[in-house]
Amino acid sequence: MAESHGGAKAPATDAHSEADGGHHAGAFPPFESSTFASQLVSLAIFFVLLYVIVSKLALPKVGGAIEARQNKIEGDLAEAQKLKDQSEAALKAYEGELASARSRAQAIGNESRDKANAQAEAERKSLEEQLAAKLAEAEKTIASTRATAMSNVRGIAADAAGTIVQQLTGVVPDTASVNAAVDASLKG
Amino acid sequence: MKIDPIHQFNIEPLFTLGHIGNHTIAFTNSSLYMLVAVAIISILMLASGTQLVPGRLQSVAEISYEFVASTIRSTAGSEGMKFFPLVFSIFMFLCVSNLVGVIPYTFTIASHLIVTVALALLVFFTVLIYGVAKNGLKFFKIFIPHGVPGYILPLVMFIEILSFFLRPVSHSVRLFANMLAGHIALKVFAGFVAMLGFSLGAIGWVGGVLPLALTISLYALEILVAFLQAYVFAILTCIYLNDAIHPGH
Repeated sequence: MAESHGGAKAPATDAHSEADGGHHAGAFPPFESSTFASQLVSLAIFFVLLYVIVSKLALPKVGGAIEARQNKIEGDLAEAQKLKDQSEAALKAYEGELASARSRAQAIGNESRDKANAQAEAERKSLEEQLAAKLAEAEKTIASTRATAMSNVRGIAADAAGTIVQQLTGVVPDTASVNAAVDASLKG
Repeated sequence: MKIDPIHQFNIEPLFTLGHIGNHTIAFTNSSLYMLVAVAIISILMLASGTQLVPGRLQSVAEISYEFVASTIRSTAGSEGMKFFPLVFSIFMFLCVSNLVGVIPYTFTIASHLIVTVALALLVFFTVLIYGVAKNGLKFFKIFIPHGVPGYILPLVMFIEILSFFLRPVSHSVRLFANMLAGHIALKVFAGFVAMLGFSLGAIGWVGGVLPLALTISLYALEILVAFLQAYVFAILTCIYLNDAIHPGH
């Protein structure tokens, strides 16, 4: 101790041997047995008091605060982990949903394209059929028209032949022979 | 100017509490500083809050708690935590009273052998009683080290037993002597400054710079010693308690 020796304390040093009773002048204080009892009693009282305060109040309080903090940190970490897991699960679900939606969209697209194709094909077919039918009809008409025209040609040719023969010979030719001759000429 | 480095260790009765036999029991300056130490520890440990994010005072309280707890765990294992209140009380009592004692004009409780002996004997008997109560006769295996050849075993046992019973002596004298010697050295060097100044005048005051520098560095050392000796006392307590908890290790 850097206790200064000046001032009012100095005389007390020399006087204390008488004043304190039992202290021997010049004796080394730590070895003055007359003070032992007082020190032991004080130590017993205050150390027991300290022990009671420490064991009953101080350590449970401080230890409780440390433990509460530890629990809080662990709880928060667990909570954070839980939330992280949740968000990861949500992300995974979202991705799954997205993938399925994409494939569904593709399926719908394919389906509608196939349907449109099929419809177009069917329309094309029916149109072709219609056209073919019309064509056939037209051909039939042409053929019949041609046949009619040919028969008309034959009649006209026979008439013309009859008339030519009559004009040339003055004899009205026999219809049957004229027809036969026209036929033969047409075939020829 | 006379230097009296011993005066600081005087026990001054403040008032008388009573008598036991022919001993006068007084409330002394030593008692007062014990009360101060208990009050500081109580304020530190009880007035600090229990907040999730600790303030300064609470941090100091929690650091003290963790420091003592980890000291016990590392030296005496988790079973040593039974003695947590005891070790914590001893450590804090000595640490606070030693640090208060470094302040000029104060009194250092641990500079009296009777106090350190009382604390050392408290530890000694705690070890002895708990060791025998918990382990029975196996406790005395601490006197028989492993792997010692039979022919020197009696000698080793004798030394072990002797050292066991000398423990309270080394335990208490180490603390007492450190505090006493440190404070005397500090007082002597500080006294030189005043002595030189008052006896040699101006030259003396200039010359006093050297002892003053020494006093300052010694003072820093004493602050370290105050903490360190409390820690040494506490860790030796833990090591001795470890013998009671795990004899034969």
